[in-house]
Amino acid sequence: MTRGKLPRWVDYGLIPVMNLAAAFLVAGLVVLLIGENPLEAVRILIYGSLGFGEGIGFTLFYATNFIFTGLAVAVAFHAGLFNIGGEGQAYVGGLGVGLACLALDRFVPWWVTFPVAVAGGAVFGAAWALVPAYLQARRGSHVVITTIMFNFIASSLMVYLLVNVLAKPGSMQPETRNFEAGGQLPLIRDLLPGLDLGQAPLNLAFVLALAACLFVWVLIWRSRLGYEIRTFGANQSAAIYAGISPVRITIVTMLISGGLAGLMAINEVMGSQTRLLLEFTAGYGFVGIAVALMGRAHPVGIILASILFGMLYQGGAELAFEKPAITRDMIVVIQGLVILFAGALEHLFRPWLERLFASGHVPEAQAA
Amino acid sequence: MLDFLSAIFAIIFNLSTLDAAVRLSTPLLLAALAGLFSERSGIFDIGLEGKMLAAAFAAGAAAGVTGSAWLGLAAGVVISIALALVHGFASITARGNQIVSGVAINFFAAGLTVLLGQAWFHQGGRTPQLGPGARFGEVDLPGADVLKDVPVIGDIYNHLVSGHNILVYAAFLAVPFSWWVLYRTRFGLRLRAVGENPAAVDTAGISVAWLRYRAVICTGILCGLAGTYLSIAQSAGFNRDMTAGRGFIALAALIFAKWKPVPAMFACLLFGMLDAVAIRLQGQAIPGVGVVPVQFFQALPYILTVILLAGFIGKAIPPKAGGVAYVKERT
Amino acid sequence: MTLALELVGIDKSFGSVHANKDINLAVAKGSIHGVVGENGAGKSTLMSIIYGFYSADAGEIRIDGKPVSISDSKAAIAHGIGMVHQHFMLVDNFTVLENVMLGAEGGFMLNSGLHKARKELKRLADEYGLTVDLDAEVGELPVGLQQRVEILKALFRGADILILDEPTGVLTPAEADHLFRILRILRDEGKTVLLITHKLREIMAVTDKVSVMRRGEIVDTRATAETSVEELAELMVGRSVLLRVDKTPSTPGRPVLEVEDLTVRDARGVVRVDHASLTVHAGEIVGIAGVSGNGQSQLLEALAGIRKWETGRVLVDGQDVMADGKVDPAEMRGLGVAHVPEDRHRMGLVNSFAEYENCALGYHGDPKYGSGALLDIKAMRDDARDKIEKYDIRPPSCTLKTSMFSGGNQQKIVLAREIERDPVVLLVGQPTRGVDIGAIEFIHKRLIELRDAGKGILLVSVELDEIRMLADRVLVMFDGRLVGERAPDASEQELGLMMAGVTREAAE
Repeated sequence: MTRGKLPRWVDYGLIPVMNLAAAFLVAGLVVLLIGENPLEAVRILIYGSLGFGEGIGFTLFYATNFIFTGLAVAVAFHAGLFNIGGEGQAYVGGLGVGLACLALDRFVPWWVTFPVAVAGGAVFGAAWALVPAYLQARRGSHVVITTIMFNFIASSLMVYLLVNVLAKPGSMQPETRNFEAGGQLPLIRDLLPGLDLGQAPLNLAFVLALAACLFVWVLIWRSRLGYEIRTFGANQSAAIYAGISPVRITIVTMLISGGLAGLMAINEVMGSQTRLLLEFTAGYGFVGIAVALMGRAHPVGIILASILFGMLYQGGAELAFEKPAITRDMIVVIQGLVILFAGALEHLFRPWLERLFASGHVPEAQAA
Repeated sequence: MLDFLSAIFAIIFNLSTLDAAVRLSTPLLLAALAGLFSERSGIFDIGLEGKMLAAAFAAGAAAGVTGSAWLGLAAGVVISIALALVHGFASITARGNQIVSGVAINFFAAGLTVLLGQAWFHQGGRTPQLGPGARFGEVDLPGADVLKDVPVIGDIYNHLVSGHNILVYAAFLAVPFSWWVLYRTRFGLRLRAVGENPAAVDTAGISVAWLRYRAVICTGILCGLAGTYLSIAQSAGFNRDMTAGRGFIALAALIFAKWKPVPAMFACLLFGMLDAVAIRLQGQAIPGVGVVPVQFFQALPYILTVILLAGFIGKAIPPKAGGVAYVKERT
Repeated sequence: MTLALELVGIDKSFGSVHANKDINLAVAKGSIHGVVGENGAGKSTLMSIIYGFYSADAGEIRIDGKPVSISDSKAAIAHGIGMVHQHFMLVDNFTVLENVMLGAEGGFMLNSGLHKARKELKRLADEYGLTVDLDAEVGELPVGLQQRVEILKALFRGADILILDEPTGVLTPAEADHLFRILRILRDEGKTVLLITHKLREIMAVTDKVSVMRRGEIVDTRATAETSVEELAELMVGRSVLLRVDKTPSTPGRPVLEVEDLTVRDARGVVRVDHASLTVHAGEIVGIAGVSGNGQSQLLEALAGIRKWETGRVLVDGQDVMADGKVDPAEMRGLGVAHVPEDRHRMGLVNSFAEYENCALGYHGDPKYGSGALLDIKAMRDDARDKIEKYDIRPPSCTLKTSMFSGGNQQKIVLAREIERDPVVLLVGQPTRGVDIGAIEFIHKRLIELRDAGKGILLVSVELDEIRMLADRVLVMFDGRLVGERAPDASEQELGLMMAGVTREAAE
C-alpha cells in the first residue's frame, strides 16, 4: 500500500474526504439511533459554528488549541515517533504558563509577561517529553507507552500542585488565583471591536498558533534539522548513512513536540481562563492526534483540520443546546470515528481506488 | 524508622485494606488478562479502557432495563467483543496503525456511552440505579459461617476469601485458566508463536489472521467482564467515565508482569493495594514521613512501569511481532 | 527413474521485475538436486512458489507425476513438501519441542501430543542423526542446531521432499559438513532434497544433479559428476554482453586509503571482516571480488564510518581516522570519503523524498545548501538540476519523488551526489545492481573518469565481469579474509576458484 500509485489529488484530496465521509456517515447513524434527524443536526452544527460572529469566534478559539496539539503530534510523526503524550505535555505546559503569569502579572504589562509565558509553556511541555524521549533514544522503551504513563503522572502531579501548593489561600477550589491584567492576553474582540465576535474568548494565542504553523513549516521543510528529522522518519538506515544521530534526532524532535503541546496552555490558561485550573486540557491533547492524521502532518492541513474540529466543538455545543438529546459527547463520538476512519482505516478505500485508477489511465509521472 | 514500618504494616496487613485491594484489583486483573491475549498475539491494544467503558455502560443499561444481572453481563461482553473486532479489523485486515485504532476506540466509547446514556435514561449519562437482582451480589462461600469464630483463619476466610461477588472469583479463576490456555493448549501455543514470529506460524500452514482474530475476541470477552464488574457488581449502575484510567493501569500491570498471567495477577494486586492504601491514608500522616499525598499513590503504578520500561528492574520485552501487521515477505 | 517433483513452465513477476521465466525442472526421487545461481537470480522466489508462499502467474507443479495445486503452505505440507528457509522460521523463546510441534500439535490439548512428538523425534534423531536437546530454548541454540530443528520440523510433518534455501550461509564449514552428512542419509532413506545455494563447493560436495539459474531462468541442468566448478561458475556468471570501456593503464599516485588489520564483527558477534589489509592509491580502482555474504558489505560499511570496527587502523590521505577515538559517517565524509552504498533503497536514498532532497543526503550541512539553520531550497534545486544534466538523469525533474525514477536513474542520483563532491576516495558497492544496460555503461564511464581525475576508488561487486573490466587490481574476499590479489586479466576460472575459497596457495 505504497503512496504514489494514485494521482496526488486522490491521495491528498479524495481519500481524506472519503474517510471523513465514512466517519460522518456512521456518526449520522448514531444520531438516528438516539431518535434525531442527522441532517437537521448537521444544519445546526454548521450554523452554530459558522453562522454568526460569536460562533466563528468560538470555533477559532477551539481551533487554536487543536493547532498546537496537532502540530505537536505532526512534528513527532515526521521523525517516525508517535507522541501520544500531548495531553500531559500541555497540562504541564500550563504550569509553566501559570507560574510566569503569577510571578509577573502584578508588575508588568501583558506584553512583557507574554514571551515569558510562551517560554514557560514550551519549556515545561518539552521537559515533560524529555524522559520518554530519552528512554526511547537510549533504552528503546516505546515512546507510545511511556508518554501514556506520563499523561497520568502529569495528571496526578497537577492535582497535587493545584490542591496543595498553588490553590489560592482559603479556597477549596483546586485552582490558582485569577491573573491580573498583566497576565491576561488581549482578546481579539477588544483588539478589533469592528468584528462581531460576541463573548468569544478568541485571543492573541490564535496569532501565536498561526506563527507556530509557520515555524513548523519552516522547521520541517526549510531547515537542516527538519531535513534530518524527515530523513530519520522515512528511512533510519539512510539517516545513519547520512551521519544523522538517531539519539539526537529522537530527543530533539520530542522536545519540540512537547514544547508545541505546552504552548496550548497559552490559549487556555493565559488567554481564556486567566487562571490555572484542573483538567483545562480537556482531551485536546488527544484530539491533536486526529488533527495531525487528518491534516497529513502538514501545517496547512492541520489548520483546516483544527477548524473542522473547532466547528465540531462549537457547533456541538449549539447542537446540545438546541437538541438536548444530542449532548456534547456527540463530538467525542465523532472524534473517535474520525480517528478510526482517517487514521487506523486510512487504507480502507485505497485498494479499491488503486484498482479503479489502474484500469483507467496511467498517472502522468509514471508515464514520463 | 520502626514507627514507620509498623505503621505501614498496620495499614497493609489489615483485613479491610486487603479486602479492598482484592476488590479494586479485580477489574484491573480482567483487563490485564484481556490485554494479554491480544498483545501476546502481536496486536497492541491501548483500547482496553474504551472496551471496558463500553461494556460497563452496556451492562448497566441492559441490567437496568431487564433487571437481570446476567443479561447485563451478556450485553457488556457482546459490546466489548464488537469493539475488539473493530480493532482487529483495523489492525489485522486493514493493516492500520494499532495505536491509532486503540485511541479511536477510547474516544468512541467515551462519547457514545454518555451520549446514549443521556438520550435513553436522562440522568446525566448515568444508567438507572440497579436493584439487588440486577447486580452481582456477594457470594458467601460454604463454611464461612462455621469458620467465623475460628481466630485468624476464620477472619481471613470470612472477609477476604468469602463474600465477594461472582466476577471477583471469575477474575481470579481466569488467571490459572489463561495460563492453562496459553501454555497447555494448541491455541495457546499458536497464539504465543504468532506474537513472536508470524512467519513461523504462516509457514507451518496456520492462518495468521484467523488466529489473531480469535485472540482479540478473547480480549473482548475479558474486557467485557471487566467493564461489567465496574457497573453492575462494584457499583449499582454506570457513571460517566467510570473506568477512570483503569484500562491504562491494566496495561501498565501487563507490562509490569512482562505479559505473563500469574505475574499479571500480582501486579494487579500490587496496583489494587496501592489504590486501597491511598484511600485509607487520605490525609493521614505516616510516622517519620508525614502526609503522603494521595496523588503520589495514584501515580505510582505509572511511575513504576516507566522505571521498569527504562530497564532498571529487569527488562520488559514485548512480544517481538507486536504492533506490526503481518505482510508476507517479498524476497 | 521416477520424478518426485516436476516444474513445468513456472512464471512469476513482481510488478516490473520478472523473477522467474518459464522454469522447467525435474527432480528425481531419492536424489539431492542443487539449484545454483547468483543472488537475485530468482532461486528463492522459485522455492517460495513450490512451498505455496507465492502463487505462480503461470505453469504447473507435479508431485509424483500428478499435477497439484499449492495455494498455501498448508497445501505444500499436505503434499509432503518441507522447507528450511534461509531465515529460520522459528520462535526464539519456544523450546525445540514446541517449535517442532507448532502447526502439527495432534489435538487441542498439548500434553498428549507432546509425548507422541517426543517419541517420534527420538526416532527421527536416531534414524537420521539429528540429535538436539528437545527442551532447550531455540534462541539459545547455535545456528547449526537451529537449522537441525528446521529439518526436524519438516520431517515431523512427514516431508518427502525437503527444500533447503541457502542452508550454509550461516554455518561454519564444520557445521556445513555435518549438514551434508545428514542430507546424504536423508537421500539414502529415500527422501528427495532440493538444495538452493550460490556456493559451488557445496554443489560439488553433495548434489547428484545441478541446475543453474541466471536472471530468472534455468540456463542448464547437469549431472554433478560430469561438470566442474569452472563450468558452473561460467554458467552462473554468464557471458553477458561485455560492455567495453576505453581504459588506459592506471598511473597510481600516493596512497589515499590505507587499511591495516581491520576486523569487524556483526551485531551477533560473528567476525565478518577478518584482519583485512589493503591500500588504494590515487588514480586507481581496486576491485574486491567475492561471492556476496563474504564480508564485503561489512568492509565497505566500516570504511564509510557506519559500522564500528574492533581492531585495525584506517588512514585517509595519510590521516588516521581514529585519531580522536571515534568515527562516524559525517567524519568520513569530511575527510573526503564518498560512499555509494550497496543497497540504494535501504541506505542510499530516501524513496519518499523529492529528487533534489536526495541530492543533498549526507551533505545537507554543507554551506552551499544554505546558511545557518536553514536550507536554501533554490540552491538545492539548482544543484540538483546541474547533476540531472551532467548525469543525464531522466525524467529531468528535480521535484519528482525519488521512488518514481527507474533503478538506473536512482543509481545515477546517488553517483552524482557522491562523485560531484570531488572526494579523495570513493567507496562503491554494487554500482550496477538492478540497473539497465544503458545506465551501466554510463556509470562505468564515470568511474573511469573519476579514476583518471586522480581519485582512489574501492569497488565491491559480485559481478566478476564488472570487477575485471573496471579494476586495476583485484582483491578476492572469502569468509571475511582478503585471500589474494590478482591482475584483472587473471583467468575467470582462477578468480572463481578463489571466490569459492580455493586458492592456489592453499591447494599446493
